[in-house]
Amino acid sequence: MPAALKIVLAEDSVLLREGLVGVLTRFGHEVVAAVGDAESLVAAVRSYAPDLVVTDVRMPPGLTDEGLRAALALRAANPALPVLVLSQYVQRAYAADLLDTGDGTGVGYLLKDRIGQVEQFAEAVGRVAAGGTVVDPEVVRQLLRRRRDPLAALTPREREVLELVAEGKSNGAIARDLVVTEAAVGKHIGNILGKLDLPPAEDTHRRVLAVLAYLRA
Amino acid sequence: MIRTVVRDVPRAVAYLLSGVLLGATLLVVLLVLGALGLALAPVLVGLPLLAVAVLSGIPVGALERRRLALTRTPPPPDPHATPAEPGLAAWARLRLTERSTWRELAYTALFAFVLWPLDVVVLFVALVVPAAMVAAPVQLATTSSTSGDARIAKLWLIDSYGQALLCTAAGVVLLLALLWPLVRYARLRAALARLLLAPSEAEAERRLGEVTRSRARLVAAFEAERRRIERDLHDGAQQRLVSLSMTLGLARLDAPPELADRLAAAHREADRVLGELRELIHGIHPQVLADYGLPDALADAADRSAVPVELDVDLPRFAESVESAAYFAVREALANIGRHSGAERAWITGRYTDGRLRVEVRDDGTGGADPARGTGLTGLADRLAVLDGTLTVHSPAGGPTALSLEIPCPQR
Repeated sequence: MPAALKIVLAEDSVLLREGLVGVLTRFGHEVVAAVGDAESLVAAVRSYAPDLVVTDVRMPPGLTDEGLRAALALRAANPALPVLVLSQYVQRAYAADLLDTGDGTGVGYLLKDRIGQVEQFAEAVGRVAAGGTVVDPEVVRQLLRRRRDPLAALTPREREVLELVAEGKSNGAIARDLVVTEAAVGKHIGNILGKLDLPPAEDTHRRVLAVLAYLRA
Repeated sequence: MIRTVVRDVPRAVAYLLSGVLLGATLLVVLLVLGALGLALAPVLVGLPLLAVAVLSGIPVGALERRRLALTRTPPPPDPHATPAEPGLAAWARLRLTERSTWRELAYTALFAFVLWPLDVVVLFVALVVPAAMVAAPVQLATTSSTSGDARIAKLWLIDSYGQALLCTAAGVVLLLALLWPLVRYARLRAALARLLLAPSEAEAERRLGEVTRSRARLVAAFEAERRRIERDLHDGAQQRLVSLSMTLGLARLDAPPELADRLAAAHREADRVLGELRELIHGIHPQVLADYGLPDALADAADRSAVPVELDVDLPRFAESVESAAYFAVREALANIGRHSGAERAWITGRYTDGRLRVEVRDDGTGGADPARGTGLTGLADRLAVLDGTLTVHSPAGGPTALSLEIPCPQR
């Protein structure tokens, strides 16, 4: 069981808010504040200094993207604050905006549907809080469907690996998922970074850049 | 010309003759209404009668517009506006303020007191007199036994068959000579009616404006309804399904193995429904359009396209109606490309220059798209027309197809 996190939760639907508190508590985290609009979210973060913020995109008063904008503002004020955004839709623009904050680590963008897969959701929560980057597989799948030129160069196996990288998985986890050796995963990632024209630098950061390169394409 | 005259004579006669019958009846009705109205005005009962007389032009106008069809010209449209509120009072108020009501009243008075007597004179001179002249020998034959002479059309006295035959010949010539003036008169008569009974230019323009406005209102109402449905699904069904999926997910964690399998199956089903619902909601109205505007919404549409799309879009934000009309047009175009074109690639370009939004969707497919056949394209053209925009489809057989839309609009 990963370390218990202090979490501030923002979700306007009472039904989902209660459900989310239930899931997070079930995995040993402490929801220090559960609010229903963007303004209270900013206030709650200020007073509780949480380890992680989980927020919905669409929230009152405008019911458009208040939650996302609040998340971006929080990240701008404190780039080290881990933020996991839950969205009703697969939206490349949302994910790109989010990854643009700070250095793109400690952020997550997931479809709301994923909450139901409680174990994977709990894993994503842990990964974002630990400074990882999680992008919903649906977003990545959609990008891969576009078959743009840089993507055309990727082999099917490399695409699979990229999808898992975007989900924030480590080389070890990817190797287990694909039933290959960790060295093979490393080689695939090296190829992906090469094809995407991302020169060698600090490794984890380049993984984020690889995902980001697609989001911006 | 002779043929047209021959063809038009029966119509002209029918028009004038029915006019005489109607006009004579109208004269009686108006005189009775007017006399009664004036006589009873001191006891107030007369006032409604006078009001009826004033408004009598309206049914007469409607009837006369129809009767104009007898002259082989299309009847003019009704110049009256539709009352905004129900009820007789609102109707009467509107009618009394309309200029066409008074023009129709003027026509009715003219009809009852001047036009139909004139019609009688013309018919008499052009048809009855020549006919009587032609029949001179018959008249002489029937009267000669008593007086030995006959008075033709109460004008000329004749007393021999030679004179009678001469009279017949003159009658035939006169009849033929007067057919053309008769037709001319009927046409002039119809032109006068049209002048007074058709909507004036200002009225026609007002009606056009009304139509445009009501169409814009319809589109706006449709758009609002779309958003309401999207919001209802999002706030209701979708949230409940996510919640259900969460409950199932938690239940699986704690369930014994044999139950966990069945829960997992239920969970998969719930997630499939969630996915379908998500796509459905997105199709109704994509949130990214409201949040990020056209470029991102078009990128999103390109992401979902079955055919790879290259995007070259540089656009500011516009009014909601403009953005959504352009977005749905592009999405329809992409759907058509995916379904019918056989294209391998598509290109979307979007620019804003000289106060006009221009978006073009091209493909390298086989062409032959016909906007007249596709109801989708027609609907889009209608939607753009409300915004004064245009939709052009260029799609020769063999391809390629280019669909372009243009909307004049200020940026937001």
